[in-house]
Amino acid sequence: MTTPILALRGIRKAYPSVLALDGVDLAVQPGEIHAVLGENGAGKSTLMKIIYGAVRPDAGTMEWRGRVVRVHSPGEARELGIAMVFQHFALFESITVVENIALALAGPFDLKALASRIAEVSQRYGLPLNPWRHVHELSVGERQRVEIVRCLLQSPKLLIMDEPTSVLTPQAVEQLFGTLRTLAGEGTAIVYVSHKLDEIRRLCHRATIFRAGRRVGEVDPAKETEESLAAMMIGREFPRMQRRSHTPGEVALELVSLSVPADGPFGTPLREVNLRVHAGEIVGIAGVSGNGQAELLEAITGERLVADSGAVRLAGQPAGRLGTTRRRELGLVHVPEERLGRGTVPPMSLSENALLTAYRHGMVRHGLVMREPAAAFTNACIEGFDVRCGGLGAKAQSLSGGNLQKFIVGREMRQKPRLMVVAQPTWGVDVAATALIRQQIVDLAAQGVAVLIVSEDLGEILETCDRVAVIAGGRVSPVKNVFETSAEEIGRWMAGMFPGGPAMAAKDAERVPA
Amino acid sequence: MIRLRLVPRAQPSRAMLFVAPLLAIALTLLVGLLVFAWLGQNPLRAFRVFFVDPVSDMSGVSELFLKASPLCLIALGLAIGFRASIWNIGAEGQMYMGGIFATGLAIAFHDRGGAWLLPAMILAGAIGGMLWASITAALRAHFHANEILVSLMLTYVADYVVKYLVFGPWQDPQANNFPITVQFSDNALFPLLAQWGWEAFEGTRLNASVLITLAAIPLAWIFMERSFLGFQLLVSGLAPAAARYAGFAEKRMVWLALLVSGGAAGLAGVSEVAGPIGQLNDRWQPLYGFTAIIVAALGRLNAIGIALASLLMALLYLGGEAVQITLQLPKALSQVFQGLLLMFLLGCDVLVNYRIGRVPAAAL
Repeated sequence: MTTPILALRGIRKAYPSVLALDGVDLAVQPGEIHAVLGENGAGKSTLMKIIYGAVRPDAGTMEWRGRVVRVHSPGEARELGIAMVFQHFALFESITVVENIALALAGPFDLKALASRIAEVSQRYGLPLNPWRHVHELSVGERQRVEIVRCLLQSPKLLIMDEPTSVLTPQAVEQLFGTLRTLAGEGTAIVYVSHKLDEIRRLCHRATIFRAGRRVGEVDPAKETEESLAAMMIGREFPRMQRRSHTPGEVALELVSLSVPADGPFGTPLREVNLRVHAGEIVGIAGVSGNGQAELLEAITGERLVADSGAVRLAGQPAGRLGTTRRRELGLVHVPEERLGRGTVPPMSLSENALLTAYRHGMVRHGLVMREPAAAFTNACIEGFDVRCGGLGAKAQSLSGGNLQKFIVGREMRQKPRLMVVAQPTWGVDVAATALIRQQIVDLAAQGVAVLIVSEDLGEILETCDRVAVIAGGRVSPVKNVFETSAEEIGRWMAGMFPGGPAMAAKDAERVPA
Repeated sequence: MIRLRLVPRAQPSRAMLFVAPLLAIALTLLVGLLVFAWLGQNPLRAFRVFFVDPVSDMSGVSELFLKASPLCLIALGLAIGFRASIWNIGAEGQMYMGGIFATGLAIAFHDRGGAWLLPAMILAGAIGGMLWASITAALRAHFHANEILVSLMLTYVADYVVKYLVFGPWQDPQANNFPITVQFSDNALFPLLAQWGWEAFEGTRLNASVLITLAAIPLAWIFMERSFLGFQLLVSGLAPAAARYAGFAEKRMVWLALLVSGGAAGLAGVSEVAGPIGQLNDRWQPLYGFTAIIVAALGRLNAIGIALASLLMALLYLGGEAVQITLQLPKALSQVFQGLLLMFLLGCDVLVNYRIGRVPAAAL
């Protein structure tokens, strides 16, 4: 066996209230795609930040090509040849893509030359990116592309990818996998952090599994099943979704030729969107981030008003010009994509965060907050959705992503909705919480509630939804029964190739004689 | 060399949050003793002159309340805005406007007023403060102007409006060209508490305006801690996106915060011109509107904390005057103590949220 390019021994890291890593080892060979598998909170991200020099361990050693090294900063890590694509992006919002990348690279500050290199690399790896856009205008998926391109520009010897595929189309995932295999073939080591078991089985040569800050094993993922990997990762049996037959009722949400101008200079305008969501069914909107999802969600929830009042109908009523509060009174609830800072107020307690949207359910009388009903409601959310927290006084920011999402979903579901709109229901959420959230959504629909899911995770949409559509370039595809379509067709639609879609419209235009 | 760093605490102690201001006060007093010694005074004697003598009799206590009352009132209004991250720095100017509006009525009905005049002046003062604050509110809510700059600059405008009025149209013709208005008639003045038969306050200047402040403290407490509107303000300060998501109208929050703080500052202005001063003049620049910012911070944006902090800050004013008279020390010592207090408070706050740790030498 050759010398590992990277070897970690006995790494330990304690945070004020948790032991993130407890004497962990990891060895990565050159040219190997090495999976680091574990639930959220297992310590994967902390370990990666230690390798990258962003976090210092309390104990343990790191060897780089057989030599003990100390990495004090990401800059030193980059000099060694280590690059990382973070799960939570470290981008400056107020400047452009190319300026962000220039800041991370050493060397002359020639933005024009750099921009053309970015265009070239992004073209080659199928990660379309306009270098001159401002980062604050970019969606989550587009921001991740910036991070990936930034790393590839450095020709790294070790590339760390922290959950990179959660926002890519199936075709783009295949393209990325192709890229990673090419890089590995050239001798680049890749550490691939994920909890997506099918991807790890298809892509990775070896997998090290973590649970609660400890290393529980190292396996050849191709020789394992998804069930066995999951069992190692979560330490017990993997919960399975229970599906049900779907019997749609009345129309709860109807979009009629909804057109909305772009959300800022780099947003995507919505064009002639037609959609119906019936009581008792789950409709999924797949698509790569930045294709009009933000505009669609704002137009449905009322955070942005629509000039044509009839273009959005809730429970049969024209609602385009009603604000958020009025639409909630019509039975709309909403789980937003950003959990901290939007779905919840980070430094406030869970019971205060319950008040945020559920206040109209008997928690305010004569303008004063009634504490008992708020506490009872919060406790019901915590118990009904298995939210692991320090009680109803726990601050939202102290919860893990999965537990916070369970709380938000619970809070919205308990408001007796007619229509629930959920954006990215399980993005960055651990396996157990994902299963619980999806099951709760399915059960809610079974009680006759209409559910609209907007998600970039195609697997999630195919597993959870009854009918599915795709959003691309601000247009929404026809809606199909989920059993009558396939991941391949949805993938083509994501690229705009559906009847009336942007790619087809362009082709039609070519055919028209001048 | 040992290198130190600040390490965030996982769960900042709630108790320490309230102990921190007390600790800051203790440290201020300690350093104060050193300052007195350095100025060549017997520190214990100077300490007594500064902090004890001013409140050793009823007249001193009355003066303390008289100064603390407007500070407290303004700080309560500011705290409501600060909780929504709306930084009204122009309470001083809003206070002037309150004084101007009340003075306008007092002059117009100088010989004709009845018992209605003072309530009308109180109302006018509150409206004056609100109108002045509403300029800031409109610019912030509709044009995204920075409320810190706008409200601060409007303070200087308000100052010139006062000067224009007392040098011009409102000048008392019998004042030998001094820039003052007429002395208000009795109908236009807050009655002294002594006149109401409260013998304890015999011979003091303490007047009925403190009752406004006393009523405002529980009202502000309920508004901030228990009302849904107070909750909405807090949310829009802590997480604007969450406020939009929940449907709390941002513009409404800006207007509410500025109108409440402007109104409170306007009331404080009335309590001054219709209280101990009894007129409008160009020397009236108590800086209560600025000091109240420290009061609000020292009081932890909490109504009861603010009430206590306003008493302390008033004592610093009185102590400064006392050491000037008795020990011939500069009155500016008041500001030295204010500065020390604020600095120690900020320092203690850092240590509530962080602990000092050593940079581990063996780190990778």
